[in-house]
Amino acid sequence: MIASEQKPLEEILEYLADERRVFILACDGCSAGCKVSTAEEVARLSDELSEHGKEITGCARSDFACNQAQVVSILARHLPEISAADGVLVLSCGVGIQSVAAAVEKRVHPGTNSVSLGGYAGLWRSEARCATCGDCLLDYTGGICPITACSKSLINGICGGSDGGKCEVRPDIECGWARIYERLESLGRTDLLRRSPRMRDFKRMIPTAERRGTSLFALEREPY
Amino acid sequence: VSLFPVLESGKFIVTSEVGPPKGTHVEHCLEDAELLRGKVDGINVTDLQAAAMRVGSAVICHLLKDRGLEPILQMVCRDRNRIALQSDLLGAWVLGIENVLCLTGDHNTLGDHPESSPVFDLDSVSLLHAAKRLCEGRDLADNELEGAPNFCLGAVVAPAADHQEAQLIKLERKVEAGAHFIQTQAVYEVDRFVEFMDKVRKHGITVPVLAGIVLLKSAGMARYMNNNVAGVSVPDALIKRMSEAGAADKSAKEEGKKGGHAVGTSIEIAAELIKGFQPHCQGVHVMPLGWDRHVPPVLDAAGLNGKS
Repeated sequence: MIASEQKPLEEILEYLADERRVFILACDGCSAGCKVSTAEEVARLSDELSEHGKEITGCARSDFACNQAQVVSILARHLPEISAADGVLVLSCGVGIQSVAAAVEKRVHPGTNSVSLGGYAGLWRSEARCATCGDCLLDYTGGICPITACSKSLINGICGGSDGGKCEVRPDIECGWARIYERLESLGRTDLLRRSPRMRDFKRMIPTAERRGTSLFALEREPY
Repeated sequence: VSLFPVLESGKFIVTSEVGPPKGTHVEHCLEDAELLRGKVDGINVTDLQAAAMRVGSAVICHLLKDRGLEPILQMVCRDRNRIALQSDLLGAWVLGIENVLCLTGDHNTLGDHPESSPVFDLDSVSLLHAAKRLCEGRDLADNELEGAPNFCLGAVVAPAADHQEAQLIKLERKVEAGAHFIQTQAVYEVDRFVEFMDKVRKHGITVPVLAGIVLLKSAGMARYMNNNVAGVSVPDALIKRMSEAGAADKSAKEEGKKGGHAVGTSIEIAAELIKGFQPHCQGVHVMPLGWDRHVPPVLDAAGLNGKS
């Protein structure tokens, strides 16, 4: 999932300084899970905007606004309300906001900030985190991802900043490499750590032409 | 001339360090280095230490080289990707810098620009590998170089850090990747250091190890390091000595007498540690952290009268 949090009202009002009539699109996916785009939140925000002289021309909800094809079909049912608006306020992650922006010929405003969970987009389970680096190292690291579990995303072993088993950068989390070492030790496989230097291949984080040719990508209207 | 001859000589090696300024006034930093002339085998120049923006290491190294001193370029992976790191290594060699200490580097969020982008494209192990590759005449993409450096490469380890075994495995990887010598984080316990060195040798690491000495300025500094610096542990007995020296300075000041007890005790402690470490390692690396003028007295007190 992609986590998001609501922007401060002042910031949203700044975006809307030159606009009076606003259409709101809220996502029922991750951002609703984060309680920033639930029906209650939309109602609360609509009230606050009304108090500041804004007129809400209409509201729509979309399951997973990141799905652009679906967003287009939902927005199509609200054409009059959108036409009547000066701009569209979107409560979703950054992907959903961009879906809406690509679909309407109005200014689109983010009502949220997408924040990092260091996790897997779409589904995030507990500590099994993934940065979709395209070059999985979990075999060598005892099933604990060094890219996401280490603050520096180090892939060649522990650094000097492990302090009492905690990361000196983020004392609220355990040192990822300490966890990796302990796991491998319990498996009797610390030998896996003795290997030649590894380096990341950042090319692998860019979706290939092949992957961009899948039906998922085809559903997206690419404005660029 | 690089550190190679001194590493091979078998003599007890002494290095110290200076920190570049935050700003353009390099005079003070150069004066600090001047205090070490004739007393050490090499001078580390820290690279944006503690993730704080300042003049880079290579520039000061170049100035030291111009003055006939032997600089050790520190290089961290936090701020540059592999293209810039390799380029800067080549550039350093062109400027006459022959020693490089390869470190991963503190995280940005611990420094004075916590909003900045962390790079960590390479880390200490892969930077050593990259430097070694350059010395072999190839870059990381396997392109041939027109002229190759011949760096003397160093690595670091924190003997008192937790997960010592994991640290030692990483140290093995650093040596395999190309490290010719090792400087350690500050150590304050001879017994624990001896045990550590025993493990270093059991891990098959035979390159020279230089024990790290950070001059204690006060009991408060020692406690601060214990609480805030990963991999540093100052025993209570040393804190007590510094605390008593601090109290003696305070009463001397009240009585209008000459102080200097804290400095004296700090020098005494550092010299004792050096003497304790000497039979078990190949050298020491003294990190003065601003107390540069006290480094020569420390070396004198430890019986290390200038480089051989």
